[in-house]
Amino acid sequence: MIADFGYGVLVVSFLAALYAVGAAVMGANSKSPQLVESARRAMLLTWPLITLSAAALIYLLVNDHYEVQFVYEVTSRSMPTYLKVTAWWGGQAGSLVFWSWLMSAFASLVMLRKWDRDREFLPWVIMVCSLTVAFFLMMSIVFENPFARLYQTLDGISPHTFAPANSNLFIPADGRGLNPLLRHPGMIIHPPMLYLGFVSFVIPYAFAMAALITGRTDDRWIRITRRWTLWAWLFLSFGLVLGGRWAYDVLGWGGYWGWDPVEISAFMPWLTGTAFLHSVMIQEKRGLLKQWNMILVILTYALVIFGTFLTRSGVLSSVHAFASSPIGPFFMGFVSLTLIASIGLLIYRWPDLRSETEMKSMLSREALFLLNNLLFMSVLIVCFIGVIYPLASELLTGQKVTVGPPYYERATAPLFAALMFLMGIAPLSAWGHSTFMTLGRALWKSALVALGITVVIFFTYTHNWIALVGFYLVTFVLIVTLVEFWRAARARQKTQQENFFTALYRLMGRNRRRYGGYVIHVSMMLMAIGILGINLFQQQTQGTLAIGQSVKIAGYTIQYKDLASWDETAKGVNYTRAVISVYKDGQYLQDLYPRKDYYYDAQQTMTIPGLRPTLQDDLYIILVDWQPASDIGATFKIYVNPLVNWLWIGSLLFMLGIFIAAWPDQDPEAITVRAAQTSHQTSAAD
Amino acid sequence: MQRSKFLIGGLLILAAVIYLIASSSQANAEYFMTVNEVQAQGQAVAGKSLRISGAVIGDTIQYDPQTLTLTFEVAHVPGDNAEIDAQGGLAAVLHQAVIDTSRTRISVKYVGPKPDLMRNEAQAIMTGHMGADGTFYADELLLKCPTRYEEAVPAQAATN
Repeated sequence: MIADFGYGVLVVSFLAALYAVGAAVMGANSKSPQLVESARRAMLLTWPLITLSAAALIYLLVNDHYEVQFVYEVTSRSMPTYLKVTAWWGGQAGSLVFWSWLMSAFASLVMLRKWDRDREFLPWVIMVCSLTVAFFLMMSIVFENPFARLYQTLDGISPHTFAPANSNLFIPADGRGLNPLLRHPGMIIHPPMLYLGFVSFVIPYAFAMAALITGRTDDRWIRITRRWTLWAWLFLSFGLVLGGRWAYDVLGWGGYWGWDPVEISAFMPWLTGTAFLHSVMIQEKRGLLKQWNMILVILTYALVIFGTFLTRSGVLSSVHAFASSPIGPFFMGFVSLTLIASIGLLIYRWPDLRSETEMKSMLSREALFLLNNLLFMSVLIVCFIGVIYPLASELLTGQKVTVGPPYYERATAPLFAALMFLMGIAPLSAWGHSTFMTLGRALWKSALVALGITVVIFFTYTHNWIALVGFYLVTFVLIVTLVEFWRAARARQKTQQENFFTALYRLMGRNRRRYGGYVIHVSMMLMAIGILGINLFQQQTQGTLAIGQSVKIAGYTIQYKDLASWDETAKGVNYTRAVISVYKDGQYLQDLYPRKDYYYDAQQTMTIPGLRPTLQDDLYIILVDWQPASDIGATFKIYVNPLVNWLWIGSLLFMLGIFIAAWPDQDPEAITVRAAQTSHQTSAAD
Repeated sequence: MQRSKFLIGGLLILAAVIYLIASSSQANAEYFMTVNEVQAQGQAVAGKSLRISGAVIGDTIQYDPQTLTLTFEVAHVPGDNAEIDAQGGLAAVLHQAVIDTSRTRISVKYVGPKPDLMRNEAQAIMTGHMGADGTFYADELLLKCPTRYEEAVPAQAATN
């Protein structure tokens, strides 16, 4: 009953979204505000409808309705209720509904804004958002119905939306349970964050299309969507970082990023989104790159849909992949159609989007921003070619060839290094015109100090030249950026008679985007330290130890003390936990507890490392295997990951930076001091 | 003048990217093959970097925790998604591959922690190379276990 209800509501919400598309287009064409208003209301209706359908699904999940295929696949009796709820996005069918639900929530938020100044955008924004929602709902209704039930016929048991002839409903006694790897706090928030990032990038795209269709190709669409883009970027970045942390905590391979096709497909819209965030500033300040910004926003949207498709199509083999499914071709069709339509529109409006001025100097701020964009696009191209390599090579040569992580690392490293270098010099170059002389004068001290620090690193830490180049760039950017903060705050301190920290705080409040951006640059450098550390200096060892025996790695002595195994019947889990004592230089530090959890319902083990994080390194111990008769003992794999925690510290600072940049300005003081502030800003840039 | 400078700069970046992609992909290419193809090519593929998918045969799984050495056999499964769908989906294909003793099999050796999903009728996706002894030496091992509803025991066969 409930399943039929949920499915029915899903169909109705699909129809409402379709109606919104039709009414919006007709309303715009016939200049009928009533029709557009009706479309807006239909759009607003989709969210409550999908919520209702989702509530039905959650009811089924929580109440163990295992005759529903999706419930059977992702839950089991032993799972706690909150996990049964979050199982909503733990499988293909449910996560598609989740995607639609978030998308329509964002679209509704946009519908509720004040439209007085840009009425003409409204119908087209409705059209793009509703069309996207409708497409995802159609996938759910036709191919991936989360409400499909299991029926037994003569041919065996299979899921059906409607009962087939001569069949009986099949009710399994218990479900398979959510994959234990997904029963982790990081995994519970990681997909929603990524999806939030994905769907919120649809909004800038919708406004861009509205601008192209209406011919109102000034900066209005960019100003409206600026904050949306930042929030989208925040969610997507947070989603990516959480995914990395999750992999580090539960996958037990001592790493955080594997250049897996699905990881890359979430990373690609991040790349275009980041490029977009930078290049819109050029359009706002100088009236340049208008065509380019359109291309970026279209690409980002296409990559969002493409990424969602890659995860679900079964085209690529990956840890993330859901089961192979027939929705692949439809996703491809949808991406192609939207791309063709958007590019067609862009070509039609191409002459209107010409730059207002010309770029004059190769070293001007805008030229360096352009270079930054080109580098981001280059990383994108490297990633895209890597992802489609197997498909392309099969088409061209008949032999399926794939490329692994070394390809990505080797090809992107120089590009990332160049981006880091740009982060160092771009903030000091002036708008309009800069020369080698002016830039050199602003930079040589920082460059020299960074060189000095690198020499110290050379003598005390490492001779690895890649690491040295990396550390040089990191110190250079850190010095330049911190000096920028210091100089601007000191200048304000003098003129406003404030103490240094108040000056710094108010300064950031005055120009959030600029200083939020710098905080993000600093955080990127911290993350770079962690990435360099774990990639270049990771050490590992493995050994089978009897109780009391120990093994040495990177100054640590690891002693195996004890092992215990027990059942926790309520959760349906068997835990096996080792006790390890860690010593450094003969000094006892602490005990670590690497363990293996065996989930009876899913018949799967999960490996939880014992972790000792410090700013210097992570000691990461995995319990690989053990002998019940403990004279032989247990086998451990041990990693020492130098500097990796800077990656996580950097990620937190990164979030803070986006918050600073995206936080709504409501400070009344902002307006009164603007004049003083702009003059100060130009002096800082010289 | 300015325009041509920017154009040259852009072309230089493009050339650099093409070089990076071409050289990195040359050095790191892995060839997708089915078990049958590997068997048919014999020594021609020795030493080449390969990516093979096969069905894990549960009885052959052996793990030596002293050396972290995992050995098992995989049976041939089709490489093409369309073909797999035509034969009733991945779960059915894997099941067939394991019970059909006439299928081509190869033995695999992998050194490392035993993956959590290593079990009978799992799909193993392995990256590595063929040794002269006819064993596949895997550097990377990825496992997938598709659903089969028949395994679930019904609480009540038919209530409505």
